[in-house]
Amino acid sequence: MAVVFEKPKSLADIPLHYCPGCPHGIIHRLVAEVIDELGIEGKTIGVAPVGCAVMAYDYFTCDMIEAAHGRAPATATGIKRARPENIVFTYQGDGDLASIGMAETVHSAARNENITVIFVNNAIYGMTGGQMAPTSLPGQVTQTSPYGRDVNHCGWPIKVCEMLSTLEGPEYITRVAVNNVKNVKNAKKAIKKAFENQIAGKGFSLVEVVSACPTNWGMTPQKALEWVESDMLPYYPIGVYKDRSAAKEEK
Amino acid sequence: MAERVLMKGNEAIAEAAIRAGCRHYFGYPITPQTEIAAYMAKKMPKIGGVFLQAESEIASINMVYGAAAAGVRVMTSSSSPGVSLKAEGLSYIAGSDVPALVVNVQRGGPGLGGIQPSQSDYFQATKGGGHGDYRMIVLAPASVQEMASLTIKGFNLADKYLMTSMILADGTIGQMMEPISFEDAEIETYEKPWALTGTNCEREHNVVNSLYLKPDELEVKNFERYERYKIVEENEPMWEEYMMEDAEYCVVAFGIASRVAKNAVAAARAEGIKVGLIRPITLWPFPKKALLAAAEKVKSFICVELSMGQMIEDVKLYTQCKRPVSLCNRCGGMIPSPNEVLEAIRKAQKGEC
Repeated sequence: MAVVFEKPKSLADIPLHYCPGCPHGIIHRLVAEVIDELGIEGKTIGVAPVGCAVMAYDYFTCDMIEAAHGRAPATATGIKRARPENIVFTYQGDGDLASIGMAETVHSAARNENITVIFVNNAIYGMTGGQMAPTSLPGQVTQTSPYGRDVNHCGWPIKVCEMLSTLEGPEYITRVAVNNVKNVKNAKKAIKKAFENQIAGKGFSLVEVVSACPTNWGMTPQKALEWVESDMLPYYPIGVYKDRSAAKEEK
Repeated sequence: MAERVLMKGNEAIAEAAIRAGCRHYFGYPITPQTEIAAYMAKKMPKIGGVFLQAESEIASINMVYGAAAAGVRVMTSSSSPGVSLKAEGLSYIAGSDVPALVVNVQRGGPGLGGIQPSQSDYFQATKGGGHGDYRMIVLAPASVQEMASLTIKGFNLADKYLMTSMILADGTIGQMMEPISFEDAEIETYEKPWALTGTNCEREHNVVNSLYLKPDELEVKNFERYERYKIVEENEPMWEEYMMEDAEYCVVAFGIASRVAKNAVAAARAEGIKVGLIRPITLWPFPKKALLAAAEKVKSFICVELSMGQMIEDVKLYTQCKRPVSLCNRCGGMIPSPNEVLEAIRKAQKGEC
């Protein structure tokens, strides 16, 4: 029988630990497919975060390092500066990237560090059991905002793409989603571009992937994807927030 | 004769690091070690190296972690409050068994403290600082020459044992100038098959990691690491003895305090007091055997420290409290005069300690 669908080579053939219905599996796969298609598996070095994707170092078959919480862009900077010929990516969640690691995120973007950042925004701390994240929506009920996120008490969610795109530094800042087939296809295109930018030496590329957390949102996987559409995407609109090369071409 | 150059202590560290093959420096400004960063900023671009000013001490140590994992000789430098911020990275680097060199040109603390010389980070350097079970090799230079030679030694030891070497200096040695030579230190190189280089599709992937969710695996990792530390403790203690042959009293001091103490020992000898000095050069591994041997023959010990008394705990521990140990200390950026130390020696002789 002909094989029509395979696991990407860059993804290890082992069970993932993610919860049922969690889009991390899709996003891992997209990253791995892109690495395969670009033929860079042998020279890619991945940086895993602290959070749900903490064990990504077991799943990707390229060289991997586990960073401290929020420090993935700094660790990636060290690797890239030591080995500019390698391709370096980080894979981070919202707590990691937009809360404890905000300084590392902003400054690696400002330096236009030639790395690729995959930022998975599911509006909650998943690994620790569903606490309020820097991206939790106003009114969102979490373990640490049991009465709903009160913006007067703990402030507003952070729109990472909007913020980073105000910087001169970064090459490419974009937001995608993986809640339906069309969005998944577009997400892959954006991830591919983010890696291609690095190969071309263009600099810092960040792809925010609006994701879901059925377990900690207390929803079925189906309902969670609907909530992405109805609640997440209006607050975090899909789109290209910065694309320096494209902007230059237009001029 | 070897060529000698006049250098500032901090610059000697930077130049020695470059000669040791370090081409990656990540740091953040803080007094009194800024000359190291300034030297690197000037030199690195000229020799194909990387100097990068990070956004924070936390970022800089995590850049060091990444570069170390990628297999290059890498360093950072800071001073006391900055080293506290680096503690997280130091723990990760230790837990991942990658080699790095970290310089602490100490200033007074706690908190923001002051900017004058101090030795009050002894506990932080030798007992941890970051979380978890780990050790660092801690080298304590007492001259500008040693700032250079211990930096090169530090890189060698870090690569050999896959550990962080910390140069625990102080503001005085960092700022003072002395003639030095770079020709006495041998540069060793080690294979790094564990490094992140890309698999080139020719080997299994390398993973640099400190996470072990299975407790039995983490325990094994820690036991293995401590087996390696045992070898370091056996092979690498360094110390200097001065006038210890017939000594009845023993001064113990490291770094700049040992320079003052040496003058006081000479002055006490002129008064006929049989006193000597043991100067630990490695604070970890601590020169336990030298201290225990001294405890068998001297009447008492005098610890001279620029802190509220930190090394004194190790002196008591490793002499097994066989003899009394007194403390002669200044802190907050103050340095004792040779006369103050001489007075402490006289008191020890009178049994007043």
